[in-house]
Amino acid sequence: MKGGGLRVYAVVYLLFLYAPILLLPVFAFNSGTIIAFPLKEFTTEWFAQMWGNASLRRALANSLTIAVSASILATCLGIFAARASTRFEFPGKGPVMGLIMLPLVLPEIIVSISLLVVLLSLGVTLSVLTVIVGHTLICMPYATVILSTAFNSLDRSLEEAAYDLGETRWSAFRLVILPLVMPGIISSLLMSFTISLDEFIIAFFLAGNEPTLPTYIFSQLRFPKQIPMIMALGTVLVVLSILLLTIAEYFRRRGIAKTGAKDTGGFL
Amino acid sequence: MAAGNRSQAAQGLTLIAPPLAYAVLILAAPLLTILAYSFFKDGYLTVIREFTLENYRAVWSDPIFHKIMLRSLGVAALVTLVTVVLAFPVAYFLSFAVDPRRKSMWLFLITIPFWTSYLIRVFLWKVILGYNGVINSGLKSLGIIEQPLTFILYNVNSMVITLAHAYAPFAILPIFIALEKIDRSLLEAGRDLGESRAMTFWRVTLPLAMPGVVAAALIVFIPTIGDYVTPALIGGGKIPMIANMIQSQMLDQDNRPMGSALAVTAMLIVAVLSLIFVAMNRRFLKVRQ
Repeated sequence: MKGGGLRVYAVVYLLFLYAPILLLPVFAFNSGTIIAFPLKEFTTEWFAQMWGNASLRRALANSLTIAVSASILATCLGIFAARASTRFEFPGKGPVMGLIMLPLVLPEIIVSISLLVVLLSLGVTLSVLTVIVGHTLICMPYATVILSTAFNSLDRSLEEAAYDLGETRWSAFRLVILPLVMPGIISSLLMSFTISLDEFIIAFFLAGNEPTLPTYIFSQLRFPKQIPMIMALGTVLVVLSILLLTIAEYFRRRGIAKTGAKDTGGFL
Repeated sequence: MAAGNRSQAAQGLTLIAPPLAYAVLILAAPLLTILAYSFFKDGYLTVIREFTLENYRAVWSDPIFHKIMLRSLGVAALVTLVTVVLAFPVAYFLSFAVDPRRKSMWLFLITIPFWTSYLIRVFLWKVILGYNGVINSGLKSLGIIEQPLTFILYNVNSMVITLAHAYAPFAILPIFIALEKIDRSLLEAGRDLGESRAMTFWRVTLPLAMPGVVAAALIVFIPTIGDYVTPALIGGGKIPMIANMIQSQMLDQDNRPMGSALAVTAMLIVAVLSLIFVAMNRRFLKVRQ
């Protein structure tokens, strides 16, 4: 065990990172209507209330539609970007990749407001579709990063061997490259899904009257009576996110193991 | 070989075309529209397409803009400082003390909270820090305090805590990557040449880690300054930051040219500050890769 003092600090820091999340289930199962100590009795009432809530179900359906569509679209676009940037040199590569990666550093308010202004002046009706468009844009850089790692660790000689054995460019891609980067693709799908499911700003501005889970939560935070139910919903979302991320991480590592590369760790 | 390069370039361009087209259409075009709008006049419910600098003049002379912009810069700078200073030891621990086989697990543990509902995390801080919140009610029921602590209530402090918590993983990862790149033999050389542990850290490790620190600072500073949720929830809308001001100009007051000028001005200020910050650290960034 190295780094005694630092280790203690790192564990305390980790606790600070997890503190709010750990409080969620505590209050989701607490029968008191006010989020404060001391705790009252154990209850599952808030989860039942959540289950019976019709507008919540509509928000969930919208969120799932958006997250599934955006993650598939972003991953498809990400495959193109990752393959192009890892395998080929082309003029203007730096600025082009810079533009694709820009949503990572641009504040979301700028992305969403500018897109909103354009959509409104074009007379487009805001709906689930416009949110999908926005979410695809912000998921694309993440998908590209994850997929670039997957494509980067590919051994080019495998692809060349396929050409030598008479495969066309497309069939070599489908039969050799695709299976090798598949874990990366799955990891990218799951990450994009999680990002879209949690995303608030773009959904808030581009959804019109359609609720998504985060915008529904935002609208309910004003009503103290609804807070325990929101805590229950939060618990479910957090558990779901952690589950998806763990699966994504599993596939990311498997992809790295499959191509024999060294694990550099982390998503970013 | 020239033919090979050309076909390489052609293939690359064909492949990059769909994501590029998407980014141009959905990102670049709207950003340029905002830029164009910022030079137009506002008519009632419409935008008059006549060139004017009036919006910028109005933004720069608006005392409310000055106040909100300064507050946003202050909050973002404070958050950046707190996040980077708190994150550095964790990144150092991860890079130097953790068993290499355990590193991905630690990184995964650190990134998880970042990926879980941002909105709920921000709201939870409001619940934790409130007048009858978790900290105050907890301390009261333990008999430690009688009156609620007021310095953590809905103010700039609580916004800084919330944002510092939200962007913590963003600060750890770039510093960790920079530390991982450091050639360990340089540190041994420092020790062999008679430097103390602290001096080796100060003269070798820290300068080599600076590119990561600079990246961490920017990656925290830029999104925090544009944060919308934290001022809206924690500040209760009473302490707006620049994102809330842009939103209110654009939508509530429906003055798109003015809102656009605000957004462009804010982006310019952030870009200039970021460039100055990078220039100030120029000598560290020239380190060989």
